[in-house]
Amino acid sequence: MPDLSSRIREVAEELFRQKEVELIIGFEEGSMPLHSTPCFIRNEQEVERLTWNSFCDNNLATYLVKRPEKVAIIAKGCDARAIVELIKEKQIPREQVVIVGLPCRGMVDRRRIEAELEAHEILEVDEQDDKLTLKGDGFTKALNRDEYLYPCCQACTHRNPGTYDILIGDMVAEKAADQYPDIAEFEAQPPEERWQYISDEVNKCIRCYACRNACPLCYCKECFVDKTRPQWIGKTTDTNDTFIFHIMRAFHLAGRCVECGACERACPMEVDIRKLNRKLAADVKELFGYEAGTSLDQAAPLATFRPDDPEDFMLGV
Amino acid sequence: METEAKDWEPKIVAFLCNWCSYAGADLAGVSRLQYPANVRVIRVPCSGRINPFFILACLQHGADGVLVSGCHPGDCHYISGNYSARRKFALLKRLLEYAGLEQGRVEFSWVSASEGGRFAELIAKVTEMVKALGPARKLVKK
Repeated sequence: MPDLSSRIREVAEELFRQKEVELIIGFEEGSMPLHSTPCFIRNEQEVERLTWNSFCDNNLATYLVKRPEKVAIIAKGCDARAIVELIKEKQIPREQVVIVGLPCRGMVDRRRIEAELEAHEILEVDEQDDKLTLKGDGFTKALNRDEYLYPCCQACTHRNPGTYDILIGDMVAEKAADQYPDIAEFEAQPPEERWQYISDEVNKCIRCYACRNACPLCYCKECFVDKTRPQWIGKTTDTNDTFIFHIMRAFHLAGRCVECGACERACPMEVDIRKLNRKLAADVKELFGYEAGTSLDQAAPLATFRPDDPEDFMLGV
Repeated sequence: METEAKDWEPKIVAFLCNWCSYAGADLAGVSRLQYPANVRVIRVPCSGRINPFFILACLQHGADGVLVSGCHPGDCHYISGNYSARRKFALLKRLLEYAGLEQGRVEFSWVSASEGGRFAELIAKVTEMVKALGPARKLVKK
């Protein structure tokens, strides 16, 4: 998508020329193919570094928290949602951010591509519309990018940024209707099987907290896992401790998680983290009619209440 | 194992809010109402004080069941503590059961200061439910 890359550079140049911002957060080519990395551009001369392709998967909103300077940020649908939540939670004032919205076609899961190519080392990637051409020593392989999207991108219903100041590119078609078929399917299993599945998943966890660090909404200076007075959660990798860690990590994101999948991409052990996050997102939507990051005005679901909130779960006698 | 199961009595932790449920428990006591002795009461200022960690820590460290009780909606001493708590509880209960925790292990209820009878019945009901489930196995720290 060279046209989008050049549009991003044009917009960036213009923002610096107008002295609108001091910093632009976007993506640049990584040191290896299939890896685009976040970059921090501070002047017009560096604008050339900015790029856009199918591997710009990081949620850049992570870098916004408590920034001192005025900043422009490249925002896919999920980044824009995270930015909205951060603004609502007063982590950055609205007027300090220029949101450069970029409708997203989903990002490509490089782990899956690498697994498919097994031992072959990919040296070059060429991207034309939906086609990815991977080249290496003595091989060329063409793939359809849409078949290799991240699970979160496949399930995504907010590809277009909802809140933005500048829009680059055309809006893309959104997936609609039933958003959480995977959650309903999991819930249909017997409790013991669900318990076993989640236990097996959290058992892989090595408590590196990469999920927390990658999450745009996990910005607490002191996280519950670091607290020792009182220490609510053991620091071992025993299943009961990792289980509680994952339950509470997900719970702290209830009504805040924008389902960008940053946690899952960051996880070195490939724990199915979204299984818990998506359940909460589904429940928050069903019970309180709230979708994280879709509105700057609607109060956060756990910061407000209605007298007639559902309470059929409460025990009577 | 058979005899163990027969003699086994569950330990249940009940978090009661200071203004309604704790007073309700008190009323059950002064009214000399009988209810199972399986419950260990922890008094909290408000049901809004409940951090999900309290509940999980109980299950991790030996409780077979957890009950949280506060003032009825509209009666909160702090005006809206129980309303905020109710949203948290709804999500937490669903999440724990979704993850496979048995239904009935963690329960929430409202008991007012005048409902001594309701409190006694509630404890009897919760004890019965937890007894039917058997000792807590999941999340227990060994």
